[in-house]
Amino acid sequence: MSRGGRILLAHGDGGRLTHELVRELFLPAFANPALAALSDAAILDGLPDGRVALTTDAFVVDPPVFPGGDLGYLSVCGTVNDLAVAGAVPRALTFALVLEEGLELGLLEAVVAGAARAAREAGVVIVAGDTKVVPRGKGDRAYVTTAGLGVVPAGRDLGDQHVAPGDAVLVSGAVGDHGATVMACRHGLAGEALRSDCAPLASLVGALLGSGARVHALHDPTRGGVATTCNEVAGRAGVRIMLDEAAIPVRPEVRAVCELLGLDPLYTACEGRVLAWVERSDAERALGALAAHPLGAGAACIGRVEAGVPHGAPVVLRTAYGTERPLDLLAASGLPRIC
Amino acid sequence: MSAESALAAPATVRGLLRRVERLAGRLPRRVTLMEVCGTHTHAIAAAGLRRLLPANVRLIAGPGCPVCVTPVDYVDRAEALARRPATVVATFGDLLRVPSTSGSLERARAEGVCVRVVYSPRDALRLARDDPDRTVVFLAVGFETTSPTVAAALAEAEADGVPNFLVLSGHKAMPPPLRLLAGDREAGIDGFLLPGHVAVVTGSDAFSFLAEEFHLPAAVVGFTPTDVLRGVAALVDMLGRGEPEVVNLYSRVVRPDGNAVARALVQRFFAAAACTWRGLGAISASGLALRPELARRDAAALEVELPTPCEPEGCRCGDVLRGRIDPPECPLFGSACTPAAAVGACMVSSEGSCAAFYRHERLAGVRP
Amino acid sequence: MCLAVPMRLVERRGEDGIAELDGVRREVSLALEPDARPGDHVLIHAGYAIGVVDEAEAAATLELLREMVREGDED
Repeated sequence: MSRGGRILLAHGDGGRLTHELVRELFLPAFANPALAALSDAAILDGLPDGRVALTTDAFVVDPPVFPGGDLGYLSVCGTVNDLAVAGAVPRALTFALVLEEGLELGLLEAVVAGAARAAREAGVVIVAGDTKVVPRGKGDRAYVTTAGLGVVPAGRDLGDQHVAPGDAVLVSGAVGDHGATVMACRHGLAGEALRSDCAPLASLVGALLGSGARVHALHDPTRGGVATTCNEVAGRAGVRIMLDEAAIPVRPEVRAVCELLGLDPLYTACEGRVLAWVERSDAERALGALAAHPLGAGAACIGRVEAGVPHGAPVVLRTAYGTERPLDLLAASGLPRIC
Repeated sequence: MSAESALAAPATVRGLLRRVERLAGRLPRRVTLMEVCGTHTHAIAAAGLRRLLPANVRLIAGPGCPVCVTPVDYVDRAEALARRPATVVATFGDLLRVPSTSGSLERARAEGVCVRVVYSPRDALRLARDDPDRTVVFLAVGFETTSPTVAAALAEAEADGVPNFLVLSGHKAMPPPLRLLAGDREAGIDGFLLPGHVAVVTGSDAFSFLAEEFHLPAAVVGFTPTDVLRGVAALVDMLGRGEPEVVNLYSRVVRPDGNAVARALVQRFFAAAACTWRGLGAISASGLALRPELARRDAAALEVELPTPCEPEGCRCGDVLRGRIDPPECPLFGSACTPAAAVGACMVSSEGSCAAFYRHERLAGVRP
Repeated sequence: MCLAVPMRLVERRGEDGIAELDGVRREVSLALEPDARPGDHVLIHAGYAIGVVDEAEAAATLELLREMVREGDED
């Protein structure tokens, strides 16, 4: 395959170039028997007993390669994490690409290598894929869509319906790392310590659930950050979530990026963090299990669940000064502002 | 601990609050203090400071939010310019969702018009350098803090010969509306918190007229909760003693004479002009227009078709911005005008008076 | 209209410089503060330094605040 070349429309035609791409790039990178069979659908053998979980996601990110990850790594982690927070053990993914004509092959190789690395770290296999190419100008370099399949072991039942007043709200680490890193890249800010937190979380979730702490619900605070995820949970569970500003960990460089661009870390995406709603008396045990895991260093209790207030704000932040303000859903994502 | 983080420490804030309470005990009546900077409004809301003040100290937000005071016809013109062939409109994020007569820049972008959000006027200049076949129009809004940065970008464009970088000036000056508000006895403002970063450029002396001509106390303050409370304490103290002065409490960056280099650069490219403040109407010499010799860089000179602007009926933004009424007293508040469907300036910006009021009522679950 | 952040100027090249805050760096223009030197803390707004922090005044402010808080405690 021509190194230093570019994607042509013919790479999406299903002909010689497509087969070359599959044979020389995707198969070696994702290496597994189900994929190697190259049939129209992957047959999965040996799934454990339990309820099947299925999720889907689409990924667009600018820039496609950033400190701490890339579009491919992000796609696999994001999919695996959706399964993990549902309580499922992730098993297999699909990986479909829409590429823009003219995309440098080197960038595609980086994306595929990233996806393969994430799959190895997460212990999942990419068993099916597809590639389409759109004319130059009709797509922003590359888009990825995935589907992820996992199995929920018997006896495990997570969900917002279990969230109740009194629950503790935990986060597995500092917030806003991914969003701040990506926004920094787009707006000319640099820093050695700026890195996306992108990571596969199934093993962290496993450690938490294996600790015996009564976990009611789990979510990964991706786009829209912690505040948006809490709004979603509060809405579905019919409760009010109180967050304690002083307790929410934010790394200094993330805070600096947010200050410079006028963003709020609470609304900035994480891609390697878990929010957990836990029975209050088990909060310490849960925190211990998170903190003992490499991806859970910096875990903290950041708030609690209270009874819902009719017409009241579903998520409220208690500031460092003892005052309260609502954390509502944003009309739209944070933009650099001067005021 | 850096100076800035020490200044935000809760213990310091609590200490200053006690001081404010003590000083407020000497006040003969309830006083109304006004801040005139969107960044102050944001900082105060973020820390929930308003609710910590004693009952006889009322702190309100004036016309300091550039989004709130930008008139509809400016945004209409920006949209129309973006629809011109081979034109890119570059803007700060603040303006993207401001309602125009037909929609907003954001909606126009969805229709295929070229609008780019930038962090700096220099980023807009770079767009012009990289794309010499297209005209880049930078939406130059903001007060004295921002106009020097636009002037510097213009200087660079002139020096390097970048002809396709144009500016649509919506710049405004801060002292003129303060004169209007200080003279408005119906509004009854007793003192002002002055915008610290505007003062970095203008110098604190630029505001001494408030005490000299209007006998009102004012404090130039920074943006941490501590800075704001220091200002409130100073104003309450001066009101209690009946000794109005203009004091500089942001001396770590504000000098009496400000930044002369910045002001000179603005003078080189801009001249004072009358302009319209959304909600307040026209104020003479309160805006900046590009000098006639810079006509080729003035996007306002380009031919565009503009819709007939309409002022929403019943909207009382002007009275809210002047501090004459509280948001709920506007007939549109909470019904026709909400953060999700904003009609007037004060609800458009998330830190406008009405938006802030609406949001805080949701804490208690009071239906507006 | 005032989102400006104090950053430390770490490098200067003609009218441009590199400023840093908590490990985050940005290219900034010194066109409005031509006398700023590496080591100074500068106030950055929209990519330009618009002012220089007076370290002595900053220290004095901190001390004044500590005094005020102590006084307040004695009330």
